[in-house]
Amino acid sequence: MLRAGIIGLGKMGISHCAILNSHPDVNLVSVCDSSTLVIDAFEKYSRFECFADYRKMIDEMKLDALIIASPTKLHEEMVTYALDNHIHVLCEKPFSLDYKKGKMLAEKAKHLNLINQVGYHNRFLGTFEEAKNLLKSNLLGEIVHFLGESYGPVVLKEKGGTWRSERSEGGGCLYDYASHTIDLINFLLGKTVKVSGTKLKKIFSKDVEDAVYSTLTLKSGLSGQLSVNWSDETFRKMSTQITMLGKKGKIIVDATELKIFLKEDNKALGLSKGWTIKDVTRLTENVNFYLRGEEYSSQIDYFIESIKTGNTNNKSSFKIASETDEVISLLLADNIK
Amino acid sequence: MDRVIFGDNQFFGVNHSSDEKSRAQAIKFKDNQSIINVLDIAIEEGINTFMCTTHDRIAEICHTLRSNKKYENFKIYPCMPYAHKYANAVTELGIIGTIKQYVPGNIFSTFAKGGIAFVKKDFISMMELLIDAEMKMFKGISTPVIFLQNVVTDLLLGLGMTDFLVVFQEYVQKKHNAEAGFITMNLPLLLNELEKKGIKNPIICASVNKAGFRMSGGKEVYEKIIAEKRCRLIAMQVLAAGTIPAKEALEYVSEMDGLESILFGASSRANIKNSKELIDLYSKWMLINKIESNIPE
Repeated sequence: MLRAGIIGLGKMGISHCAILNSHPDVNLVSVCDSSTLVIDAFEKYSRFECFADYRKMIDEMKLDALIIASPTKLHEEMVTYALDNHIHVLCEKPFSLDYKKGKMLAEKAKHLNLINQVGYHNRFLGTFEEAKNLLKSNLLGEIVHFLGESYGPVVLKEKGGTWRSERSEGGGCLYDYASHTIDLINFLLGKTVKVSGTKLKKIFSKDVEDAVYSTLTLKSGLSGQLSVNWSDETFRKMSTQITMLGKKGKIIVDATELKIFLKEDNKALGLSKGWTIKDVTRLTENVNFYLRGEEYSSQIDYFIESIKTGNTNNKSSFKIASETDEVISLLLADNIK
Repeated sequence: MDRVIFGDNQFFGVNHSSDEKSRAQAIKFKDNQSIINVLDIAIEEGINTFMCTTHDRIAEICHTLRSNKKYENFKIYPCMPYAHKYANAVTELGIIGTIKQYVPGNIFSTFAKGGIAFVKKDFISMMELLIDAEMKMFKGISTPVIFLQNVVTDLLLGLGMTDFLVVFQEYVQKKHNAEAGFITMNLPLLLNELEKKGIKNPIICASVNKAGFRMSGGKEVYEKIIAEKRCRLIAMQVLAAGTIPAKEALEYVSEMDGLESILFGASSRANIKNSKELIDLYSKWMLINKIESNIPE
């Protein structure tokens, strides 16, 4: 049994807590949060050891694994302390506000041979994984354009008051929403190296952007568009879609569906000319404990399995997440320009 | 509980296999009257229970149901809370901000129940206040079973805070004169934990379908548990988000011994009629088989 702890009991932290606590190979022993309201609730109603100071928790609890789900600004110091204490870390996204420091942490974790993962859960969704496999098999031929979109109803009125409305804390649509879209573009098509024409638009928020629009250029030379808006109430919940246009056809993929259009039959992959729709229910394996989507359980299962097997080649590693952070810093710089 | 229960996902753009279909549904059911029209069809086809989320728009539907005598025998099973409302609020306002926004009454007034609960960090009272707030819209409508949505049931289950499930059960019984139901994606685990807390034969609504979709731990585990008849079970997601042909899907659940009710949602008269008839037909066969197998040769 692995001894595990969690820092940060916000929306993601509490969800991770329930999933981790239900994992058969994990003994979740402690949780930590700076809010007295939340930590008192856990003190009163859970069996976990509760802490307000994460250093104290790490010093006292002899943890093997740790999930960090605190505001982004705090990731760096917490991850550093955990690595120094030889603990495997799953950290929430975005990884770091400073990608250079993020890359240093990636090096540090690698050097210490510790499992390091960032919570880009879309990488664990059946539809996006299948899209990646199809692209690897060159289904679309040469890709000529892509469009990465995320929309959802987070900030719909002119007010705000949490760390998510503070840029310096890692708030805003760019860090919260667009990070997922960028990570998926990097995952499916390769690393983004250049951005241009970036517009970070405020719609309702005072201090942060509510929408992100930009043109991205990848290492391969392929370019495409990023369009993200968290003030769009025509979406019931966050919805991320990547469209990829190739010389042999097109793929449109989101969390629920993979839509493929082919100009000609692809016998090798058993796909016929025209449209083929694959939905997530056919592409997804059951998990042992389900909370909000299989992908949230799968990413934790993968983290635990990686610790058990010593698999350091993580598919959502600190290094990979730092590449997304780097794109975020490019977007911020380009917007000012 | 009735054998067939009508669901509401189709009205609010919830579709587990396609965001695009979701949007098309949201457009189709823009007006409340279009929802009422479909409920009328369901009633004509002999369905008298509507299981629905405590979505803001349900409040308006309830208004219509109250004002017309023809809905007198129509029952609603409310499912609370409408989770996205709170989840989005938590992202924007934080946990404390969300409590302030949704716990009724002045949370800072130590004279109000909400204020006292907040100051004393009395989470059970806060939960009770939230239940009352969500139930307001159903005043004057028959709500014999009140459900806790899976995201909350399973969160509390995962956190090991099953005491809150007991509180929910006791409070809806005491205050709202209803039975408690629990929606879950983790039937085997939930049932074991509820039994440990002394809740026997609970009402549970869980995914049961031929494809094994969202049956955590696997289909075989579910089938075994269902056969043991330790709970009053409503099967949901019986069509596995449309991945199994309706006839095959309904045959599987209707002939299953140990299921009390079957939940499905549909928008067209043809689909509602077909589904209801198929469930009735296969359910009868199941009963006949059961009787025959009990007759000594």
